[in-house]
Amino acid sequence: MITIDSLTKRYGDVTAVDAVSFTAAPGRVTGFLGPNGAGKSTTMRIVTGLTPATAGTARVLGRDFADLPNPGREVGVLLDASAQHAGRTGREILRIAARTMGLPTARVDAMLELVSLTPGEADRRVRDYSLGMRQRLGIAAALIGDPEVLILDEPANGLDPAGIRWMRDLLRGFADNGGTVLLSSHLLHEIEAIADDIVVIGNGRIVAGGTKDELLGGRGTLVRADDPAGLAAALERAGLSATVADGAVLTEADPATAGRTAYAAGFAVTELRAADGGGLEEMFLELTAASQRDHLHGTEGNAA
Amino acid sequence: MSTTIHTPARSAGDTAAPAAGARRRSAPAPIPFSRIVGVELQKMFDTRAGFWLCASIAIVAVLAQVAITAFGPDSMITFETYATAMGAPLQIILPLIAILSVTSEWSQRSGLATFTLVPSRGKVIAAKGVDALLVGIAASALAIGIGALGYLVGSTITGVERSWELSVTSTLLTILALMLSLSMGFVLGLLFRSSPGAIVGYFVYAMLLPALFGTLAGFQQWFADLQPWVDLNYSATMLYDNVPDTEGWLQLATSAGIWLGIPLLVGAWLLRRSEIK
Repeated sequence: MITIDSLTKRYGDVTAVDAVSFTAAPGRVTGFLGPNGAGKSTTMRIVTGLTPATAGTARVLGRDFADLPNPGREVGVLLDASAQHAGRTGREILRIAARTMGLPTARVDAMLELVSLTPGEADRRVRDYSLGMRQRLGIAAALIGDPEVLILDEPANGLDPAGIRWMRDLLRGFADNGGTVLLSSHLLHEIEAIADDIVVIGNGRIVAGGTKDELLGGRGTLVRADDPAGLAAALERAGLSATVADGAVLTEADPATAGRTAYAAGFAVTELRAADGGGLEEMFLELTAASQRDHLHGTEGNAA
Repeated sequence: MSTTIHTPARSAGDTAAPAAGARRRSAPAPIPFSRIVGVELQKMFDTRAGFWLCASIAIVAVLAQVAITAFGPDSMITFETYATAMGAPLQIILPLIAILSVTSEWSQRSGLATFTLVPSRGKVIAAKGVDALLVGIAASALAIGIGALGYLVGSTITGVERSWELSVTSTLLTILALMLSLSMGFVLGLLFRSSPGAIVGYFVYAMLLPALFGTLAGFQQWFADLQPWVDLNYSATMLYDNVPDTEGWLQLATSAGIWLGIPLLVGAWLLRRSEIK
């Protein structure tokens, strides 16, 4: 359980995190979504006590992070997989973590196996690790204390598709066992694939939040037929909303109802699917575009 | 806009009664300070840099023994010479070890892991301080031990009559002076939180300032009177040559307060407020 309340962080005139409030609940994966520089990492660093907040509170399992008696046993943290002493071996890093938490060294081997780092790789210095191997090591370090809460900043970075799949399954299992997972990403589809709840941040502020279904689904159905106007009229006669757009009909009804109605009215449906969760994607694109350095408006300049 | 997002009632229900039940556990026991001391000691040796820095103590000690035996006149072949030959190199190596034990958390960015596992920054730094002193004392003992061996070999080779005379007082004072150098390195490491900055700072303190203060004292009588009270280098160097009287101890305490106490407080205060990147 992570409870963030009106969290604010200012650097001089810049407000990096602006009155952010949300909760990451046990048994669920909470995806923290936002473009680069939106304030995700700063928020997570405040939650883990590395950055002091200007105002507001962040509590993990009901306490300030600094008041956790043995944080590693309660909260697994992975903020930056490259932030390790490059001259230590992976095994050494896990040993130090295990020793700090007061765990038997057997946990080290168990974790290496869990994240599929071979003994040979474990004895290499982290300097020689690929980013994917560092992420695996970081996840091992986060899980070694058997925590109740996981806080992971962009954990999929550097993992190959199989690795991403593996991590999704791992986090799903962790949440299904009652654990709390907060993970950040700047990729909508990545969050879509794993999160139960989504919190969207842009320019330091929360711009949307809720369950994945609320944010991505429930936007109605797209039906396509050769005669969209006729189909729209048929749907309306059945008491369903219908708007024609781009040669297709958008309705608030679910796909099954829309399909049956079209069939009953004698229309051959050529496409039938849940409408895009357009709201979130549009909003996210706008957020991303606003913070993008390479604007796509170069053509205007050329025309002038 | 200050949008407040609360996760839906469904998940709030999960909070009140965790489905699995197994996850709601009692809080673990706090991490004892002794364990942090142990972990930080391990971290001082487990990297290549740390290992060689510590190994260099033994290596330099052996080289010093060889040098005395090879080039020293017979009058220098005493246990005291061998045992204290390490003083000068240790005065450089020990502060370096102390500096790196602190600054590597920043320059190598391992601080992210360290301070999320032990959020009390003061405890981590205190543990590092204890370890630096432990290493310093162990290194001094090692230097004397190697000195004894060197003397044994050296006196045999040169045929000088052996006498195991070593002033306990002056040995302890030498070790104290070394601990002051080491503490200076530690404090600079805490203050700068960057290896190059702290190392340069230490050399300025140990090499440049004595010359500067010496010159000043040579021209200005008022500073010459004041120097023992405010110049830690000066009052610590005195420990190599003579046993301080009451005033000497007071001078040592004041100058240590200025050069170690105040920077330590400032460094600790800055560390509390700083961001670990």
